[in-house]
Amino acid sequence: MTAWVSRHLQTLVGTLGRLSQQPLASLLTVLVMGVALALPACLNVLVKNAQAVSGSWERALDVSVYLKTAVDTDGAERLLARIKQRTDIKSVQLIKADEALKEFREYSGFGEALSALSENPLPNTLVITPSEKTASPAGLKALSEELRKMNEVDVVQLDTGWVERYLAMLDTVRRIVMLLGMLLALGVVVIVGNTIRLDIQNRRDEIEVTKLVGGSDAFVRRPFLYCGFWYGLGGGLLAWLVVWVTVMLLAGPVQKIAGLYGSSFKLVGLGLLGGLSLLLTGAALGWLGSFVAATRHLRAIEPK
Amino acid sequence: MITTAQPMIRFQNVFKRYANGREALINLTLDVASGEMVFLTGHSGAGKSTLLKLLALIERPTRGSLLVNGENLAGITRAKIPAYRRQLGIVFQDHKLLADRSIFDNVALPLVVANTSPKEIAKRVRAALDQVGLLQYEQARPIELSTGEQQRVGLARAVVTKPALLIADEPTGNLDPDLSLEVMDIFRRFQGVGVTVLIASHNVALIERFKVRRIHLEGGRLLDSSTETEPVLFDPARFLDAEPLTPTESL
Repeated sequence: MTAWVSRHLQTLVGTLGRLSQQPLASLLTVLVMGVALALPACLNVLVKNAQAVSGSWERALDVSVYLKTAVDTDGAERLLARIKQRTDIKSVQLIKADEALKEFREYSGFGEALSALSENPLPNTLVITPSEKTASPAGLKALSEELRKMNEVDVVQLDTGWVERYLAMLDTVRRIVMLLGMLLALGVVVIVGNTIRLDIQNRRDEIEVTKLVGGSDAFVRRPFLYCGFWYGLGGGLLAWLVVWVTVMLLAGPVQKIAGLYGSSFKLVGLGLLGGLSLLLTGAALGWLGSFVAATRHLRAIEPK
Repeated sequence: MITTAQPMIRFQNVFKRYANGREALINLTLDVASGEMVFLTGHSGAGKSTLLKLLALIERPTRGSLLVNGENLAGITRAKIPAYRRQLGIVFQDHKLLADRSIFDNVALPLVVANTSPKEIAKRVRAALDQVGLLQYEQARPIELSTGEQQRVGLARAVVTKPALLIADEPTGNLDPDLSLEVMDIFRRFQGVGVTVLIASHNVALIERFKVRRIHLEGGRLLDSSTETEPVLFDPARFLDAEPLTPTESL
């Protein structure tokens, strides 16, 4: 067991040494893999940030409930008390018809025209902030339907259309990123596979001799697997670096734009867990590519 | 032909036909006793190399059975071939040394694939190199050695696992007469400690200097088999276990 572990460690370090003997070729492979991994990783960061933005928008959504003009202030207050009991709302505020008219008169510029009216045309209004659980397009739609069925309610106004469109677009982008990621992952596997295939061809004599002295397929394959692992790990590290630099470069300007819109939004990167996942993904893809290539091509090499 | 109760190698009505239709071995039946040294002779294409390839499981018989140490090689699956080959020592005409590795690493390869501990590897490799008189070259690269020395490295690699059977295909094919004799002497010494040795060679002049059994093949058929030696019982304790001698003592 100790000899087995020691042999694996020796091969692990040995393959790193072998790669360092061909620095340019190894670096090129790592670069290609790094770029291939960095692209979906960057897009993933973009989608995550966009989701975070949309999350804050969803929370900011309010539902305006205009009561029938026949409902007086007392009726509106009774309804307010009922609605406060609901668990799917966070808060509710009553804007009395008189207050609304006063405000409208002040800010609309139609003060004199409004004075000519014999009675207040504005209804009592409830402004409802849904709970976080309800603050999804589907949840808001359900809440609106229920409010609309109430006798005192005339109109329920909820403009979730743009949020729905935004989320639909985001979902599409997320799926595109996923597809792109899968395609690029396949590309990484093919790149490593091809590199390993060439390596196997270059070491054909060594493989034949090793098999002749009793080397099993697993033994012969082992250095190639570690080689793929190193390529993948190197590619993953490079991709992490690219994402980190990209986020660092964009964080300032994005924060400035967000500040101009009164938001405290900050661009977030991969984080430690995300970065480690990227490293692991790279290493796993490198290992997989070399496993596929080595298994396929090593079987064809037999002593003659 | 030597007859023993349990021969090391037994070919029974073995045929080998290659994909191109060439009959390399035709109805070959022969036994090789444990500890025996045998020369396989014959012209090019006589079937010598094919016979050795069957023993190394590089090729499989088309018909007939081949037993090594009582084990039918037909029953050895692809997955079990490496374990079988670890019991053999194989020497090639072109040495097949790995140019980018030291002499030590070349000789250590069969032990590395067998998952031997580094300490045991160091001990056995030095003993094997000592046996062929190349202990002082353990850190050299194959290219730094002469052809004869490279062949001796090949021999050290073949015997480092203490195999009971050593096969060699034209091991002196690239060597001058003096070096050929030197290499053959080493083979003879291994046979002296009980290793069964099978050597394919068409160097008649060299073969005649050794009083060992000769198996003559012609067109894939066994034409003649002479008996001139007695086998030696295999004694692993006498083989590569001793502390390395100096190169001078070794040779």
